[in-house]
Amino acid sequence: MDAAVFLISAAIVLTGAGGVLVSRNPVHAALFLVQTLFGVAVLFVLQDATFLAAVQVIVYAGAVVILFLFVIMLLGVDRAEDLGVEPIVGQRPVAAIVGASLLGMLLTALLVSVDGPTGAHGANTALGDAADNTRLLGEALFTDYVFAVELTAILLTVAVIGAVVLARRVRGPLAPLPVVVVASVADDGEQGDDGPPDVVEATDASDEGEGA
Amino acid sequence: MVVTTSWYLTLAAILFSMGAVGLLTRRNPLIMIMCIELMLNAVNLTFVSLGSELGDLGGQLSVFFVLVVAASEVVVGLAVVVAIMRRRQGATVDDLSVLGG
Repeated sequence: MDAAVFLISAAIVLTGAGGVLVSRNPVHAALFLVQTLFGVAVLFVLQDATFLAAVQVIVYAGAVVILFLFVIMLLGVDRAEDLGVEPIVGQRPVAAIVGASLLGMLLTALLVSVDGPTGAHGANTALGDAADNTRLLGEALFTDYVFAVELTAILLTVAVIGAVVLARRVRGPLAPLPVVVVASVADDGEQGDDGPPDVVEATDASDEGEGA
Repeated sequence: MVVTTSWYLTLAAILFSMGAVGLLTRRNPLIMIMCIELMLNAVNLTFVSLGSELGDLGGQLSVFFVLVVAASEVVVGLAVVVAIMRRRQGATVDDLSVLGG
């Protein structure tokens, strides 16, 4: 029974991950990501981590992926991307080689080199059964790890403020992204007044350029 | 058949490698962030598996904090993507190589 649940969940997880990798439309990639996250949640349930399974579904599938979809729709980037072109020659074979060697190293580190998990029991908080999972996690979080919980609260506040600052609409016209010029130092004199600014603050950069 | 911890660790290794390959090959910044999420999920799976193998709650506690950090990372990352896309529609990460300095 466990093996069947594991194999089906593993198939769901891996097909979802493959979908994220090869789907051309970002919306499809987000939906494949939901599939993978649900599969991982099932694997959490299979290991009696019921609280984390619920949080996985609520936070990841409910908040994070919805945020992805909001951004995709807000920016209108939900058009298909052409995967046929390879911008850097040889990028994909090299990436495949890197991924395969990473997989080999991970499997070696996780399974072979330490002779697998030893089964020796940890010295920290004992792991209860599935019914006790949430209570034990809450007790540990709000006694031993309460300082870390406070720090994550600060982290979340900083992240929200940072997101608002980054995504707010600034007044005036936006400076375009600087165009990549390899020999920009040598070409600065020739490009004259309509050359691309080096920094984002276009007015400051152009003022300095004219003064110099 | 008994599901041992090695099965979970193998699955997590495969998932992590797929996320890494996606991060190396895709150019859309949104999909790259999704691939980072895949890698984080692989690590979470490893934490929970080893925690249940060792009878230790520490693995699940670590996953809790990883979840919080992943949520903050997505929020800030998507705000950066929005700020970039406002300046140039359809920008890929190749257009942002100036950020390398």
